[in-house]
Amino acid sequence: MDLLTGLLTGFATAFTPLHLALAILGCVLGTLVGALPGLGPSNGVAILVPLAFSLGLDATATLILLTSVYYGAMYGGRISSILLAIPGDEPALMTILDGHPMARAGRAGEALALSGLASFVGGVLATAGLVLLAPLLARFALLFGPAEYFALYVLAFATLGGLAARNPMKALFAAALGLALALVGYDTTTGIPRYTFGLVELYEGIDFLVAIVGLFALSEVFLFVEKGLRELPHPGRLGRIFVRLSTLRQSLGAMFRGTGIGFLAGVLPGAGASLGSFLAYMLEKRVSDRAGTFGRGDPRGVAAPEAGNNAAAGGALVPMLTLGVPGSGTTAVLLAVLMALDITPGPLLFEQRPEVVWGLVAALFFANLVLLALNLPLVGLFVQLLRVPPRYLMPLVAMVSFVGIHAISNNPFDLQLMIGFGVLGWVLRKLEVPLVPIILGILLGNEMEDNLRRALLIADGDWTVLWRSPLAVGLWTVAVLGFFGPMLVGPWLRRRRARLLEGRG
Amino acid sequence: MRWSDRIFGLLTLALALAYGLGAMAIATPFAVDPLGPRTFPVIIAITLGIAGLWPLLVPDPEPDWPRGRALGELVGAVAVLLGYTALLEPLGFVAATALAAGLLCWRLGGGLWASALFGLLCGVGLRLVFVELLDLSLPRGLLGW
Repeated sequence: MDLLTGLLTGFATAFTPLHLALAILGCVLGTLVGALPGLGPSNGVAILVPLAFSLGLDATATLILLTSVYYGAMYGGRISSILLAIPGDEPALMTILDGHPMARAGRAGEALALSGLASFVGGVLATAGLVLLAPLLARFALLFGPAEYFALYVLAFATLGGLAARNPMKALFAAALGLALALVGYDTTTGIPRYTFGLVELYEGIDFLVAIVGLFALSEVFLFVEKGLRELPHPGRLGRIFVRLSTLRQSLGAMFRGTGIGFLAGVLPGAGASLGSFLAYMLEKRVSDRAGTFGRGDPRGVAAPEAGNNAAAGGALVPMLTLGVPGSGTTAVLLAVLMALDITPGPLLFEQRPEVVWGLVAALFFANLVLLALNLPLVGLFVQLLRVPPRYLMPLVAMVSFVGIHAISNNPFDLQLMIGFGVLGWVLRKLEVPLVPIILGILLGNEMEDNLRRALLIADGDWTVLWRSPLAVGLWTVAVLGFFGPMLVGPWLRRRRARLLEGRG
Repeated sequence: MRWSDRIFGLLTLALALAYGLGAMAIATPFAVDPLGPRTFPVIIAITLGIAGLWPLLVPDPEPDWPRGRALGELVGAVAVLLGYTALLEPLGFVAATALAAGLLCWRLGGGLWASALFGLLCGVGLRLVFVELLDLSLPRGLLGW
């Protein structure tokens, strides 16, 4: 029983006072990040990454802290969706549909409790799914040679851009820009400097943390400054935070269905939690909406997307850990963390660093318990924090970003580069260019080039090596479908979602 | 007219061109591998070129650009942050942070006194947490704290 020994090692690794404390801290910070509108999971994790590094935590501890933040953000996103009808983060968008009507009908407490439970079900089952699926996928990944890895990276870019972006060509631009930035610095094979313009600061390449914090966190600050959003609406009264047994029994099916489809959406590279919650809601509406109660405060419409987005969060860790290809924006940031810690994700991770993988899994189970506690009895505290106006929050976000980057680089050039990335991120968001492919490009650029060069070295310069194996052909096919498919499905999906959100209330 | 995407496309094409020329300028001492350090950059330049051509020919609707006041606020915020990076070393972390956080808070609609107080709390609080508690190093500057 490999699995059992693995899990036992994991629990032994995770259950040290430091790790548990970090998991709790991560859950609290994550719920906060998720709850506050405008601070999504990728922003939250991005801001905390440099800080985690500069604290000198080891690999397992850093991962535990950051994935707890990630899971926490998935729980927290629903709070402002339900109370304010403003999604705390994108995956929580669907929870508005039935969560906010419930709140307006005086059942805010019940909606919060139910969605907390649904998040727990989705989170725990997805972590279990990760335990079962990841080793299988890892064994499968051993079949990958350089050519297959190159095709896999192309696939990741193709699918990541596809669904997220309104215009897939802009996702293509984002990916190319990220790759272009990745090549700045010494070429790893020959040691020749590329695109450094003679600047010593650029010889080591652009630190992706600088890019991530600038693109995600600072651009968010700039968006707030531009909009001049002064106050958030008042959250109103919560009512009692409990779930009636009848409501729970009614929603149980929705939770499991949401978990299943959310997990699948998470495992697919590039789809992520937003798609997970959307599909979970649509499925549930199709299955259960007999009396036309969906969109008017049906508890099942709260349970399904919340289970869905938390399950997707767990599912997205599967390709990230086994193949080194993130399934969503936040897992892209987590991948950056792994690489900075000198941990190469992929099939060998499970054999070489089992304590990291299993420690992480154990910590995730623990984090879900902590989050359940935080989100049922203590949810009122987080609701109070929603009333902190953006004028205090946003400067704090900016300052913490600076502290983090300063701590890892100690160099004013990197701080200015970060501001540059912030402005770039703001402009690109305005033009509806997705930011995640840029990050992925910066992260994977060197690996992608290395694999391409290695494949061609083995084949003595024969380009057909890239699609010689059936596995590679399969990956290319999925990549092409993943890029062009959404051009057909994407507009329909977005229209559908927009119509649902408009038609509410 | 949909100018934004056209300009964006033109800039992307220019970037693609520059990147491609930059790739040609990379020295190749002698072939270690069949591809060498130039080929991948050239592929990227071509991809950028394709991605730039599209918005030039099929532009999306105009985004809602800020004008007048909102634009001023934005430029101001960027200037405050740039000033912050310049003042961080000479003034020290606490003073520089108090100034920058206070200014940002004020521009986001805080009262004058409330913003000043918030800035000060930010500087002192972050220093307490990150330096005293977590043992990071931040610039001390003139005031020595």
